[in-house]
Amino acid sequence: MSGDRILHVHGLTMRFGGIVAVNELSFDAERRQITALIGPNGAGKTTVFNCITGFYKPTAGSMRLTHDNGAEIRLERLNDFRISKQAKVARTFQNIRLFPGMTALENLMVAQHNALMRASGLTFLGLIGAPSWRVAEKAAIDLAKFWLDRIGLLDRADDAAGNLPYGDQRRLEIARAMCTEPALLCLDEPAAGLNARESGALSELLLSIRADQGTSILLIEHDMSVVMEISDRVVVMDYGVKIAEGSPRDVRDDPKVIAAYLGVEDQEVAAVEQELGL
Amino acid sequence: MANPSTPASRAPGVAFIFKKALISALVALVLFSLMIGIRTEAGPTGQLIYWTRFGDLASLVAIVFGGSIVMELLRQWWGPVGTVMVIPPPLQSGLVFARKLIAPALLIFAVLVPVIFYDQRYILDLGILVLTYVMLGWGLNVVVGLAGLLDLGYVAFYAVGAYSYALLATNFGLSFWICLPLAGILAALWGVMLGFPVLRLRGDYLAIVTLAFGEIIRLVITNWQSLTGGPNGIGSIPRPSFFGIPLTAGDDGLAAKLGIEFSPTHRIVFLFYIILALALLTNWVTIRLRRLPIGRAWEALREDEVACRALGINITTTKLTAFATGAMFGGFAGAFFATRQGFISPESFTFQESALVLAIVVLGGMGSQLGVALAALTMIGGFELFRGLEQYRMLVFGVAMVLLMIWRPRGLIGHRAPTVFLRHSQAISSDLVKEGHG
Repeated sequence: MSGDRILHVHGLTMRFGGIVAVNELSFDAERRQITALIGPNGAGKTTVFNCITGFYKPTAGSMRLTHDNGAEIRLERLNDFRISKQAKVARTFQNIRLFPGMTALENLMVAQHNALMRASGLTFLGLIGAPSWRVAEKAAIDLAKFWLDRIGLLDRADDAAGNLPYGDQRRLEIARAMCTEPALLCLDEPAAGLNARESGALSELLLSIRADQGTSILLIEHDMSVVMEISDRVVVMDYGVKIAEGSPRDVRDDPKVIAAYLGVEDQEVAAVEQELGL
Repeated sequence: MANPSTPASRAPGVAFIFKKALISALVALVLFSLMIGIRTEAGPTGQLIYWTRFGDLASLVAIVFGGSIVMELLRQWWGPVGTVMVIPPPLQSGLVFARKLIAPALLIFAVLVPVIFYDQRYILDLGILVLTYVMLGWGLNVVVGLAGLLDLGYVAFYAVGAYSYALLATNFGLSFWICLPLAGILAALWGVMLGFPVLRLRGDYLAIVTLAFGEIIRLVITNWQSLTGGPNGIGSIPRPSFFGIPLTAGDDGLAAKLGIEFSPTHRIVFLFYIILALALLTNWVTIRLRRLPIGRAWEALREDEVACRALGINITTTKLTAFATGAMFGGFAGAFFATRQGFISPESFTFQESALVLAIVVLGGMGSQLGVALAALTMIGGFELFRGLEQYRMLVFGVAMVLLMIWRPRGLIGHRAPTVFLRHSQAISSDLVKEGHG
C-alpha cells in the first residue's frame, strides 16, 4: 500500500544558534511499516526525533501525521505532552528513562495516565471509588499485564524498574510507550547495549508489534543487523541532510551511504563493510 | 561474619586511626581555642577582662582525640551498620510484623488519648499540637514527598487558612464548619497562584522562590493593617460548635443539653477529635490519590519529568494540582489553628514553621505517611520531652537529628510502597526512588 503514509516530514530545519543540526529534511513514514533513520554519530537523528515528539520546536518545516481515520495533525503546531496525548506519538529514549523507583507495573500504569484521568472523572469519581472507575482501573491493569507478558516480564511486575536488568529495562520502556496506544512509535536506539540474543528478541518484538497492533514504527538504530532485518524502509542522514532513502538493500549498496559511514580510514571501511555484509 | 571478605581490606591499621584522631583533635583545638580557651567578660568599670582556661581546653581536645579512636575502633569491629547483619532473621520477620502493627496501634492510641489523659490538660494540648503538625506534614508530603517539589513556604498556606477563617468568622459571622472548606479552597487558590510562576523552576531555585512567597504572605499580613490588624493580629475568633450547639457553660450549651456538668475540658477534647478527624481525612485522601492516576503522575514527575512529557502527562496541571492539594490541607490546618487559639498574629507564621514542617517530612522519609506521623511525634513530642534539659534542649535535639540522619539518610521510613501490585507488594528501596528535582 504505497502512498498510505502516516508521517510526512517536509523541509524540516532545526538550528541551534549558528549550528544547523537538521537542514531541509524531508521523508515519509509508511503506515504499518518500520522506517529506520540511520546515520553516523552527530548526523542529527535524535534532533529529528525531538522535533517529531515535541521536545524541540523546529525552526522551519512541517510534519504531518495522518491517523487511521484520516484525521491530519500538524505536529509542529503541537507541543510537549500534546504530541503523545492528541497525536498519539510515543517515544523511547536513547538513555533509558523509566521511573526507576516505581514497579514495572506502575510504569505501565503511568503510561495510561490520560485514559485513566478521563475514567476517574478527573480524580473525583476515583476518589469516591465509583464503579466505573474500578472497571477502568481493572482494564488498565489488564492492559499492563498484557504488555508485561508480551515482553516476558510478567513475573517481575512487582519489582522496581530500576532493579531490572538492562535488556529488560529497554523492553519495558517499549512496553510503556505501547501502553499509551500510539499510532506512531518512535524508538531511539532500542538495541543500544543489547547482546546479539537480546537484539534478536527485540527485532521479534518490534515485528510482532507491527503485525499485531498495526503500529507504525520509526526507529533510530546503529545496530545494522537489526536495521537490515526489520526495516521496510531506511532513511540515511549525514550532517543534518538526507543522503539516501530506500529499501535496506538499496541503501546498503549506495556509495554515498558507504562514504558517509566510512569516508575515513581503510580499517573502518573494512569494519563497516563487513557489518553491512558487503 | 556476614561478609567474610571485608575485614582484612577494611582494617586500615593503627597509623590510620591515630592520624584520623589527630586531625579531629586539631580541628577541635582550633574550634575550641577561642570558644573555651579564652573567657571574656565586662569588668566592674566596663572594661574588657579576660582569662584563659587552657585546662578545660586540653581536656576537651583529649576527649575528642580519645572519642575519635573509640569511634574508629567501633566502626572496624561492627563494620557498616546494616540490619541484616545485626538482627537475626527470626527477629526480623517479627519486626516486619511489628511494623505492620505500628500504624493501627498509633491510630487506636490517638483515638484513646482523650480518654486516658482526660485530666491532664497539658497532654491533651500537646496531642492537639502534634496532630496539627502531623496534618501539616501530611499536607506538605503531597508536594515534597510525592511530587518532589521542594517547598520552603508552606506556612503561607497555613496562614491563608488561618486568616481566611478568622476574617470570615469575625466579619461575617460564618461558622467554623462553613469556613473550613472555604479556607481550604482559598489556600488551594493561593497554591495555584504560587504554582504558576514557579512551574519552570527546579530544585534550589524553586526552594528560594517558595521561601520568598512565604515571606511575602507574612509581610502582607503584617502590613495590611486595615484588613488583618497587622502585628496586633485578630482576636476573639469564634470557637467551633457541635452541629450548631456551642460548647459553653450556658443553658444552650452542649453540656446543659446533654444533662452533664460543664467542664472546659470538653472543648479541648472536642478540638482534639476535630484535628484527629482532619488529619485522618488528609491521610485518607492522600492514600487514595496515590492510587489514582493523578497521584501516580505526581510520583512519576518526581522520578523523571522528561519521561512524563513523552507519555502525554501535562506537567503544568500535574504540578499545580500537587501545589493546590498540599495547600488545601495546609489551609484546613490553618483554620483549625485559628479556632483553637482564638487569636492569630503574623508571629505564628514565620519561616521557622515552614522549616519545621519540612523537617518533619524529610525526617519521616519522603512520601511515607507513617514516617511523617512518627517524625511529627518525635519532633514535637521530643521537643517537649527535652524540656527538662533546659538550655541544653536545642543541643540534644540537634545532635539527635544529626544522628538520625546518619543512621537513616532517607528518613525513618526509607522505602516506598508500590501503589498497585499483581502478586505481592514489595517495598522499593530508597536507593532507587528519586528525590525529585523540585
